[in-house]
Amino acid sequence: MKSQRVPTAIMVALIAAAPFVVYPVFLMKALCFALFACAFNLLLGYVGLLSFGHALFFGGAGYVSAHAAKIWGWPPEVAILGGTLGAAALGLLVGWVAIRRQGIYFAMVTLALAQMFYFFCLRANFTGGEDGIQGVPRGKLFALLDLTHMTTLYFVVAAIFLFGFALLHRTVHSPFGQVLKAIRENEPRAISLGYKTDNYKLIAFVLSAAMAGLAGGTKSIVFQLASLTDVHWGTSGEVILMTLIGGMGTVFGPVAGALFMVALENYLAQLGSWVQVTEGAIFVVCVLAFRRGMFGELGRLLRRPL
Amino acid sequence: MLAVPVQALFGQLLIGLINGSFYALLSLGLAIIFGLLNVINFCHGALYMLGAFVAWFLLEKAGIGYWGALILSPLAVGLFGALMERLLLRRLAGLDALYGLLLTFGIALVLQGLFSNWFGSSGLPYEMPPQLQGGQNLGFMFLPNYRVWVIGVSLVLCLGTWAVIERTRLGSRLRAATENATLVSAFGINVPRLVTITYALGVALAAIAGVLAAPIYRVSPLMGADLIIVVFAVVVIGGMGSILGSIVTGFSLGVLEGLTKVFYPEASNTVIFVVMAIVLLVRPAGLFGKQA
Repeated sequence: MKSQRVPTAIMVALIAAAPFVVYPVFLMKALCFALFACAFNLLLGYVGLLSFGHALFFGGAGYVSAHAAKIWGWPPEVAILGGTLGAAALGLLVGWVAIRRQGIYFAMVTLALAQMFYFFCLRANFTGGEDGIQGVPRGKLFALLDLTHMTTLYFVVAAIFLFGFALLHRTVHSPFGQVLKAIRENEPRAISLGYKTDNYKLIAFVLSAAMAGLAGGTKSIVFQLASLTDVHWGTSGEVILMTLIGGMGTVFGPVAGALFMVALENYLAQLGSWVQVTEGAIFVVCVLAFRRGMFGELGRLLRRPL
Repeated sequence: MLAVPVQALFGQLLIGLINGSFYALLSLGLAIIFGLLNVINFCHGALYMLGAFVAWFLLEKAGIGYWGALILSPLAVGLFGALMERLLLRRLAGLDALYGLLLTFGIALVLQGLFSNWFGSSGLPYEMPPQLQGGQNLGFMFLPNYRVWVIGVSLVLCLGTWAVIERTRLGSRLRAATENATLVSAFGINVPRLVTITYALGVALAAIAGVLAAPIYRVSPLMGADLIIVVFAVVVIGGMGSILGSIVTGFSLGVLEGLTKVFYPEASNTVIFVVMAIVLLVRPAGLFGKQA
């Protein structure tokens, strides 16, 4: 953990300085996806579970937060908390079903359940169907901080990101996290040592879903929108790519990967479906030749885990 | 329940059987490929789409109609698959199966993205062959000839594939290599070539399904994108251990989906996923699966 103090300090400094150099809306989007990718990385990088349906929690929480803020008039902090808890509840339900299968089946099951949720969102009244929930009010945080002010909003989002990042980092480096890594390396052996691996996997799954939900709920307040895009399998694929390109099982990789992908989408936005082609090509290249990802390779060069 | 008109019931049953044909053909290909390569072929849906587009190209650019396409399209897509296996998938041998899933997912994104750029997402019409137009009036319902043809062809293909795997020399080698590839290669059998042939056969089945689907659905770049997720659920329900199992599961889930459309249309998109969740809770290995 000590080896990560310097890079963590650099990251915090960059986040604090960035809004004075780069457009804050872009940065907030990147931070939301960075937290989403970190949450996803807890499962893929540390438990070895590939969830192909994480958009369910990201987008699902977005709907809950947006609905709570707009229709029920909840203040933003309660709306985001509601989205996070909603995602945790969904995570409990999906995880309970999905952890019955391992490896490749786990990926297919989570993908199928997320697709089911997508169709549910398409039809439910709660979500506004094809239109989504638009014009979500940002409101005042703790009835004090006006979130319509861009810089205030940015630092609130940055604080949420750092909270989630710290929580996930703490989890990974705790005794609980050590057991997760043991499950990743050799599950039968962890079982024979007396660990109830299903419980560990389920807790990790719920925590990952909750943090993905925190990211999704925050995003819906920032962009004042919750839509079907965020629950679509395309978003699940994107978060996998972010983690893969940044380096799965690294602490900072998912953050860098998210920043990279959001920037790429920003520049390629006017090219339509070419974004998809580019994403696919990056997937192929990463899997064939760059499996450690940016921070995996960097960590190897510097001989310290990043 | 009795209020449902007989005509609607049989109509949806027929559509269910058609969808079931595609589920069976696609999950069969997935199961064969997974057995030997240990790869879940995520681009199976994209190759199904490619099969339909090859048929469309043959008609528009070369004047080759449906019957030619039924032969040429699986050949072309099979060749494409063989190249893909040689150039890309082979490099992942020995790695975790998740990498194969991610690689083929990337390929699916590239293929679907390219075709969306070229043709938009609305889709192109493909004419039904004249020999199969029209239909039979059975008194209680109208039975279109083409639909009967699709169900018949896919049944024949599924059973044919089963026969090849269970009854021929190629099939016995394939089954042996699935059990223990190292031992089989020690007997002097060219396992890498067997792997390429298997992958090509699996994706050729997807391409045939694409050609069969072209006159019913429009030929569109995203026709395979959502389908493949349903097929994944079918595979989880059936378990990939048994060839006949995936055929039976494919057809019965198609029928179940059709029936849901009659009795509770709101759930018709999700019923297969619900069945998957129930099967996972009751029998995690799948209906025909062997181990957990």
